[in-house]
Amino acid sequence: MIWRKKDLLGLEELSKEELELILTTAASFKEVSAREIKKVPALRGKTVVNLFYEPSTRTRVSFEVAAKRLSADVINIATETSSVKKGETLIDTGRNIQALKADIIVVRHGSSGAAAMLARHLSISVINAGDGWHEHPTQGLLDIFTLKEKLGKIEGAMVSVVGDIAHSRIARSNIWGLTKLGAKVTVCAPAVLIPPAIEQMGVRITYDIDEALANADAINVLRMQFERDEKAVFPEQLEYFKKFGVTKDRLKKAKKNIIVMHPGPINRGIEISNEVADGANSVILEQVTNGIAVRMAVLFLVSQVQDKRDEVIN
Amino acid sequence: MSNFKEETKILSSDGLRRVIERLTHQVLEKNSAPGGVVLIGIQTRGVYLAKRIQKIIKEIEAIEVPLGILDITFYRDDLTTIGPKPVVKETQIEFDLNGKTVVLVDDVLFTGRTIRAALDEIMDFGRPKKVELLVLVDRGHRELPIRADFVGKNIPTSCRELIEVKLEEVDGRDEVMIVEK
Repeated sequence: MIWRKKDLLGLEELSKEELELILTTAASFKEVSAREIKKVPALRGKTVVNLFYEPSTRTRVSFEVAAKRLSADVINIATETSSVKKGETLIDTGRNIQALKADIIVVRHGSSGAAAMLARHLSISVINAGDGWHEHPTQGLLDIFTLKEKLGKIEGAMVSVVGDIAHSRIARSNIWGLTKLGAKVTVCAPAVLIPPAIEQMGVRITYDIDEALANADAINVLRMQFERDEKAVFPEQLEYFKKFGVTKDRLKKAKKNIIVMHPGPINRGIEISNEVADGANSVILEQVTNGIAVRMAVLFLVSQVQDKRDEVIN
Repeated sequence: MSNFKEETKILSSDGLRRVIERLTHQVLEKNSAPGGVVLIGIQTRGVYLAKRIQKIIKEIEAIEVPLGILDITFYRDDLTTIGPKPVVKETQIEFDLNGKTVVLVDDVLFTGRTIRAALDEIMDFGRPKKVELLVLVDRGHRELPIRADFVGKNIPTSCRELIEVKLEEVDGRDEVMIVEK
């Protein structure tokens, strides 16, 4: 299996073999972060630009750390202090970054499909760090990597994703990746936060958190984004916690060694209780560590693809 | 017959065993205090050769020298010039290299570029007292000023020829072949 894609835009378009290649490569990169000198020269002389149109700390820092451990040079562009404020379009910004002879753009944008559009217009690599409600492929990959590390394999694993499925790109990337690798995925949320026709993605739906926890090997608790849209559809945070919050008492009825994941930042006392977030079943901080390995793997793989000039719109 | 490949056997299973035993004795002769020796095998076949040497040292000296595994992909100098690579394998060095004598083990010494990459990677793990190179076959055609300290067999080759090392652990049989491309 050889990687041939110049971009990583989502997990939907990846084959099972491509997903497995990323996971195996990430396993090799994980060791680098355990060394005393946490650096390899694989991307020496390459430039990685982080272009973030939405606030992000952990994803941006994770990509920055990953690129630096590969010896790449990293430039961060926060759009609030850039020419985007003067009305420059995404494609123009991208073309300017390409003209600077950067090699890889890591882009986060509020609109679904933004990364794909940028990738079509540029000959350099584009990595999607989250586009609207569409996908957040490296988060999906790091969740799957963490699960695989804990469970040994993904095939046949029972995974429940709980929270705002409708507006979550993390949920979508998880569902695409997990189902391709043979996991059985259940989504759980209040009815208003389950998007129509989600079952066509091959998932089971439940509106009952206890049912989502029963028999699950792992539960991925999504962040309730009350600063965004949820206020309109689910006004009471406390009510959400009562009905859907993952608590110690609820976990008692689940498998003893159920894996609890959360992409962060955590809303303690809204989607998850303190005892669970910090408890023995939680792998939340391991996800952060694994995120670096996964992003190193993705940066490395796309950087190896030559002949990037095909199919670029001019 | 355009795809006819001429193969010549250089080492049989018995021959290979004797060569590895001799190489191990040479390592022990040169390093009179094997307590300071560590083995590092280069993925893939160098690792299995290093494991065999480790076993023979244990039989002779009754000590288990540490064994590390090196994948040099991230340190290659041709990452940007030749296309996508196959899967990257693991690197695993779980002991301190500082002050140790590293015996670096690989199957075939050719251009020397793999060894250059391996040396760079080893230096990122620590500062060994010295690094010695052990190879099963030296086939010539060096592109860098690198030489081996312990050589199983010198086999002068033409550029059209390949050396194929087969090891029981990966290939199901032990032998060394010279193959015309």
